[in-house]
Amino acid sequence: MDVLYGLVTPFRDIAGSPAFFVEVLIGGVAAGLMYSLVALGFVLIFKASGVFNFAQGVMVLFAALTLVGLMERGVPVVLALGLTVLVMILLAFAIERVVLRPLVNQEHIILFMATIGLTFFLEGFGEMLWGSNVKRLDVGIPDESFMVAGVLVNRLELTAALTAAILVAVLAVFFHGTRIGRALRAVADDHEAALSIGIPLKTIWVIVWSVAGGVAIVAGIMWGAKSGVQFSLSLIALKSLPVLILGGFTSVPGAIAGGLIIGVGEKIGEVYWGPLVGGAIENWFAYGLALVFLLFRPQGLFGEKIIERV
Amino acid sequence: MSATDGTGPLLEVEGVSVRFGALLALSRVSLAVGHGEILAIIGPNGAGKTTLLNVISGFYHPYEGRIRFAGRDRTHLKPYDVAGLGIARTFQNVALFKGMTVLDNIMTGRIIKARGNLLLEALYWGPAMSQELRHRAFVERIIDFLEIEAIRKTPAGRLPYGLQKRVELGRALAAEPELLLLDEPMAGMNVEEKEDMCRFILDVNDEFDTTIVLVEHDMSVVMDISDRVVVLDYGRKITEGPPSEVRTDQTVIDAYLGVPHAS
Amino acid sequence: MIYRTAGQFKTTYASDQAIFPIVQDRVVVTLALVAAFVVPPALASEYWLQAVLIPLLVYALAAIGLNLLTGYAGQLSLGTGGFMAVGAYSAFKLSTAFPHLDIVAVFLLAGLVAAGVGLLFGIPSLRIKGFYLAVATLAAQFFLIWLFNKVAWFVNYAPSGTITAPDREVLGVLVTGPNATSGARYVMALAFVAIFGLVAKNLVRGRLGRAWMAIRDRDIAAEIIGIRPLRTKLLAFGISSFYCGVAGAELVFLYLGSAETLAFDVNQSFLVLFMVIIGGLGSILGSFLGAAFIVLVPIFLTNAPHWLGLNMSVALQKHIELMIFGGLIIFFLIVEPHGLARLWQITKEKLRLWPFPH
Repeated sequence: MDVLYGLVTPFRDIAGSPAFFVEVLIGGVAAGLMYSLVALGFVLIFKASGVFNFAQGVMVLFAALTLVGLMERGVPVVLALGLTVLVMILLAFAIERVVLRPLVNQEHIILFMATIGLTFFLEGFGEMLWGSNVKRLDVGIPDESFMVAGVLVNRLELTAALTAAILVAVLAVFFHGTRIGRALRAVADDHEAALSIGIPLKTIWVIVWSVAGGVAIVAGIMWGAKSGVQFSLSLIALKSLPVLILGGFTSVPGAIAGGLIIGVGEKIGEVYWGPLVGGAIENWFAYGLALVFLLFRPQGLFGEKIIERV
Repeated sequence: MSATDGTGPLLEVEGVSVRFGALLALSRVSLAVGHGEILAIIGPNGAGKTTLLNVISGFYHPYEGRIRFAGRDRTHLKPYDVAGLGIARTFQNVALFKGMTVLDNIMTGRIIKARGNLLLEALYWGPAMSQELRHRAFVERIIDFLEIEAIRKTPAGRLPYGLQKRVELGRALAAEPELLLLDEPMAGMNVEEKEDMCRFILDVNDEFDTTIVLVEHDMSVVMDISDRVVVLDYGRKITEGPPSEVRTDQTVIDAYLGVPHAS
Repeated sequence: MIYRTAGQFKTTYASDQAIFPIVQDRVVVTLALVAAFVVPPALASEYWLQAVLIPLLVYALAAIGLNLLTGYAGQLSLGTGGFMAVGAYSAFKLSTAFPHLDIVAVFLLAGLVAAGVGLLFGIPSLRIKGFYLAVATLAAQFFLIWLFNKVAWFVNYAPSGTITAPDREVLGVLVTGPNATSGARYVMALAFVAIFGLVAKNLVRGRLGRAWMAIRDRDIAAEIIGIRPLRTKLLAFGISSFYCGVAGAELVFLYLGSAETLAFDVNQSFLVLFMVIIGGLGSILGSFLGAAFIVLVPIFLTNAPHWLGLNMSVALQKHIELMIFGGLIIFFLIVEPHGLARLWQITKEKLRLWPFPH
């Protein structure tokens, strides 16, 4: 009876204080968009190369570390940003040459495991270069809140949300409106067909990993500004895996929707139902949801149906 | 095995249709295969030949029609249960277990003949060991028969294509099937390899009394080894008969030359 | 001239199917095993036993478990840490609830509980594979750790949240708990890994092993020759989790003495996966080599700077360790997916022909 009561009372709380509920909701949306940002990087690489890049999260960390490291050494913000972009492009070249090219015809699972190796390598490398202590990243947007219609809104979260939205729009245009974007989508379907368009596979891979690197920079800045640049940034990558399962591995809108569902779901679950089970629902809510999807709808909300051929 | 001593055909396909979305891959196809027969299925690309094999081996299920094996209805069985009935097959593009040796590949083909006892197997003791050795002895007979003694311990993935096809045949034979489905057993082979493969198919039919259904593009092969030929086009059976008749059949010639359908 | 096969003819299938068909191998392995039971407890220092040999044996058992699932059956799991935790917490609950239960039985039962949980989380493997499955096993990892953190019953309501190995004896000798000697704990770990290593070898060279590899290499073809995918995969999950569960129990009872859930976090899963990849996917011997490698690298990195007279900060060591692990994973996946085990095999073949190159 107590359990039942505990399950039901949160609804009464929600009805009792709608403004607080909206705040929780907004917090969830903001967190969800952050997940979406990381998930976007996954989707880009997966769409264009069929590689499931486990290292996307650590690329976020690596980008943020590089940016902060440069700024700490007195490099002006704009220049530091430019250099970070350059570093991520160089990284894309290096990954293509050292990891992807030798494994080009291997099974996906082998490539996936290789990106796990890449994750460890980049984490060690980044922290060796820039140190592993927590760094503050000040992007000039104060982490403060203001009231809109009786609801508390965080300025930083709002900015992050807007940035994510803009980034998604840009990427959508890039994929559907430009020649290169269309070529990238062609590669995902059929490597040989893409070659016949006249764009070498390795160029496409470098481009798409660079773009994913760019997305990682944006995600790194947003996450870094919010919670400091530190190792735990790479853990958000683990959160974006379920986002992908929900949204579908091949869908940009799916990454956004998946991120929002998980961000909002885990916040509401934690705030209202967390006390019932001792809290920390956030640690596994996303995975639990993903598991349900894997069992009943493995292609996700927006993904292409997985069809097996004999 | 006991079910086969009836007088009816071994395999009956009755009015089977298969649909993939809007595409009708097979449309009310019927055929019967008698005991010990070699039946060839021919037809232009996309005629539904492989689909028919996939339906028989339980990979697809028809939305109408029935399949009977040894007199029993088995339209909706899963592939692994179909294997248990005594139907084995090979694939168009060779589906060997690449990381395993030739020996292990063929040993795996005997899996439906093996009884499992996890505890004894874990200890590799008693019945588990003698069963293993019995299967090994049987597999060695197949290896001798196919003349692949020298490559026993070679990983299947490292073999040339022609040999892979031969090993795949060996894996299918290991199950001691009553019905063997061969999907383009000669594809991609040179003349010599084709001759070898023809000989093996005829020998299998002869020595083990195995009924064979094969899909093949090479007409001279089909004419040489099959007892009867079924012709498919656009998912429908357009004719069947002995090779000599089918060869001169006007509808078959039209199908291959691509004469418009609506006529 | 010692390592020769000349004159050794295999006249029966039984001798050809043996684990070590070559006489020299059989002799060496037997001697090595006997020596492993006798020499280290008598001669090795406390440091070697505690910091190197015991963790090596414990991790080797976990690596064999994951190798059965990933290397043989081809199902990638990132939930190893979670399944090890199930074994550890089950062993703790069993040994404290039933103080008279033999500790060997406790380990085996803990393994069975882990096997049950593994079966449960293996069910999605029927419908999904590859990294989809990897994500499902990550779900298992996070959920299980959360569960052990949150439910105080698992730690007998200890305020610290830690589980501690109680004193338990085998044949009158203390093998677990704070008062057990490292030598006794070592022998216990060795006995388990020797027996279960042999069991694993027997399984993979027989009917079940071939079914696993068939599913791994070509699941559709496997199904069409009569292998039931769900049953085969679930068996892989169950048996693999049994090994991981026993290893998890050993991790606490024979190695650490006491532990929190932190000892079983997702990094543990990665570490065991790395052992399997570096040692060799689909090789029991490789699981030992991989475990040895992953255990020894950090120790080497700690000591090497001293030998060279350099001063290296702990943080730097940690970073270099990560880079070496990550770099080697990529290296082995590209150059030698069969890992150290394959390199060992090549060396042996060379040795057999030595001094001739071919």
